[in-house]
Amino acid sequence: MPLRPHPGLQIDGFTLGEKLHQGGFATIWEVTHPLHPGPMVMKVPVILDGYDGPTIVGFEVEQMIMPRLAGPHVPRVIAEGDFAVLPYIVTERLPGDSMLRLFGQAPLPLSDVIEVAARMAQAVHELHRQHVIHLDLKPENFLQRDTGEMVLVDYGLSRHADLPDLLAEEFTIPMGTFPYIAPEQYLRCRDDLRSDIFALGAMIYELATGRPPFGRPEKLKAVRRRLWRDPVPPRALNPEIPEWLQEIILRALEVLPQRRYQSAAQMVFDLTHPLQVKLTARAHRLQADGRMDVMRRWWAMRGVSSFGPPPELRAQVDHAPILMVAVDLSPQMEAIAGQLRRAVQRMLVLEPDARVACVNVIKTARIGLDVTTDDQGNNLHVARLVGLRAWAGGLDLPEERLTFTVLEGADPGAVLIDHADKIPVSHILMGARGHSSARQYLGSVSSQVVARARCSVTVIRAPRSPAAESPGETPQEVLDRAAALIQGEFREA
Amino acid sequence: MRLAVLTDIHGNREAFAAVLADLEGREIDRIALLGDIVGYGPDPGWCCDRAMVLVAGGALAVQGNHDAAISAMDPAMNANARKALDWTRPQLSEAQRQFLAGLPLSADLGDLRLVHASANAPGDWIYVTSEQRAMPSFRVCEARVILCGHVHVPALMSCDRAGQVRQQRILQASPVPLIRSRRWLAVVGSVGQPRDGVPQAGYAIWDDARNELCFRRVPYDTAATAAKVRAAGLPETLALRLLRGE
Repeated sequence: MPLRPHPGLQIDGFTLGEKLHQGGFATIWEVTHPLHPGPMVMKVPVILDGYDGPTIVGFEVEQMIMPRLAGPHVPRVIAEGDFAVLPYIVTERLPGDSMLRLFGQAPLPLSDVIEVAARMAQAVHELHRQHVIHLDLKPENFLQRDTGEMVLVDYGLSRHADLPDLLAEEFTIPMGTFPYIAPEQYLRCRDDLRSDIFALGAMIYELATGRPPFGRPEKLKAVRRRLWRDPVPPRALNPEIPEWLQEIILRALEVLPQRRYQSAAQMVFDLTHPLQVKLTARAHRLQADGRMDVMRRWWAMRGVSSFGPPPELRAQVDHAPILMVAVDLSPQMEAIAGQLRRAVQRMLVLEPDARVACVNVIKTARIGLDVTTDDQGNNLHVARLVGLRAWAGGLDLPEERLTFTVLEGADPGAVLIDHADKIPVSHILMGARGHSSARQYLGSVSSQVVARARCSVTVIRAPRSPAAESPGETPQEVLDRAAALIQGEFREA
Repeated sequence: MRLAVLTDIHGNREAFAAVLADLEGREIDRIALLGDIVGYGPDPGWCCDRAMVLVAGGALAVQGNHDAAISAMDPAMNANARKALDWTRPQLSEAQRQFLAGLPLSADLGDLRLVHASANAPGDWIYVTSEQRAMPSFRVCEARVILCGHVHVPALMSCDRAGQVRQQRILQASPVPLIRSRRWLAVVGSVGQPRDGVPQAGYAIWDDARNELCFRRVPYDTAATAAKVRAAGLPETLALRLLRGE
């Protein structure tokens, strides 16, 4: 490599400024470019003299993967350098420190743990949606935007489902960061997105207790212990940790991937719906397993070299979806509510690991205060929740796979879309009222959701009933009805 | 520039036409034909004519072993290939024969080298079927990207700065960035006689602005071509091969 980076070096229009970070595999430099406004950083691999395999391949992997990523949870790539002159990647510079500083203050107050954990899991889910497993999740690889999104950096060990895996055939030693590496990753598996779930679990454990679940092993051999040795339950270290959070953490840290959360989205979902987390024996544990149990597991794991091939990565991403069902409980929608339930039942046959989020929207006026208590003094929220539960009763699903949420807003479509993004939902099911010309002109809630939601949307329509049709309307009649609809006086026939 | 790379058409009109139709709407700027326009298949004349029109319109074409064997039989060929060539020769006009005989063994385009078989000895018709067999191509040819055919099974090899050759997994219709720290050799799948178990026409698209290569498959009417193979009295295995893609 003829060029060595140094402050003031000019390359491809970039001028190097201060060195921001010196790592084992790369240096990070502040850079400027007359054509690219805004703060940027340049990452340059530290390539030792001669052939430095691991660093080069790791950098090649980043060069393959990073330009394909999009969205707020990944750094935007601005330029790449020619390997023959100076290999580098220039990305936008993110403000502030990595999560490492925050982790230094762990244990954090519970509300912070939950909030940070949910944002970390959300970023991981967004990466998985792009068919990428990070495989080196650790506090220093999470940065933040001013707007709150976590940003994942360092893709040198990552795996893209649609690209050749340059690392797989190159090295036989497991790669990752010892405190957070998943057992199957130790066994050299690079195809399981649930490895990232394990790392998330280890990080949330550390945020909540102040120490990583498996200590900080320095030797690779010590990493193998996590195949049989369970971590001390978080509540044994910090009794303030609620059972539901321990349930989430220990589920993510299960040794066998199939016993963990099957997607980061489901983890986000539980972190944001604590009251609906189904508690198992994991939640109540107050000490690590006894010697006999551990011995038994050690015996079972001796000689194990793989947990078997995981499902194909793209299938894993689509697997374990969260279905959001927008249920309209109004009298004229009763027929559709039944149809909607049957549609959900059919989907559950195909997606046995799906979870169902039942949602109802209370429409409020755009201006002014709303009365969410009716004349009899019944709280409308409670009434709607009861209605949702009754609707879902017919689904015959266990509690832990259902959640119920009543939302409020002046614009039901927008409320549904926001909620779907937040959860994050993979598929929305909703009903649509009959065809009417007024709706065609004004747009319906379902058409708004179909147009703007980021996920798939299935719209269930009631069978046509001739009485509901209003044929032969003149444009004026349509406009009049539209005006009536705006004023809220319109009733569906 | 987006370059569509077609190879081993082998007189299969239906497959060739299906690939050309698939190029519509994919913003292709240029076409390269990596040889074996004829041989095995029942429509050598039509395929030759189409290739000649494409070349007249700016397409690049190199010669394959079957194209070369039209004027000079290759004794190393198997019996079915020889039978098919004996059947093919009288089907071709003098102009078509001259076109095939006049094709070069290799062509360069930017940092691409286009050949039918290996890049180290294109006229020796060596099959690049493994990392080992790809090594001489990388050693002799200095091009950053070598595109070839001849094998009828798509493959992608990389050669890193230490000279290590690695075969990479291919995903259909998923563009692979051919990162510049390595050199690359791609064996493009056959249009007219795929042998990887998928009875669909294979080809590839090279995008030099994005530095990406995309392997693609296109379904075509295999039954129609197989019926023509039988009607022409060509060996039955050549018909079965199309139906099974083996």
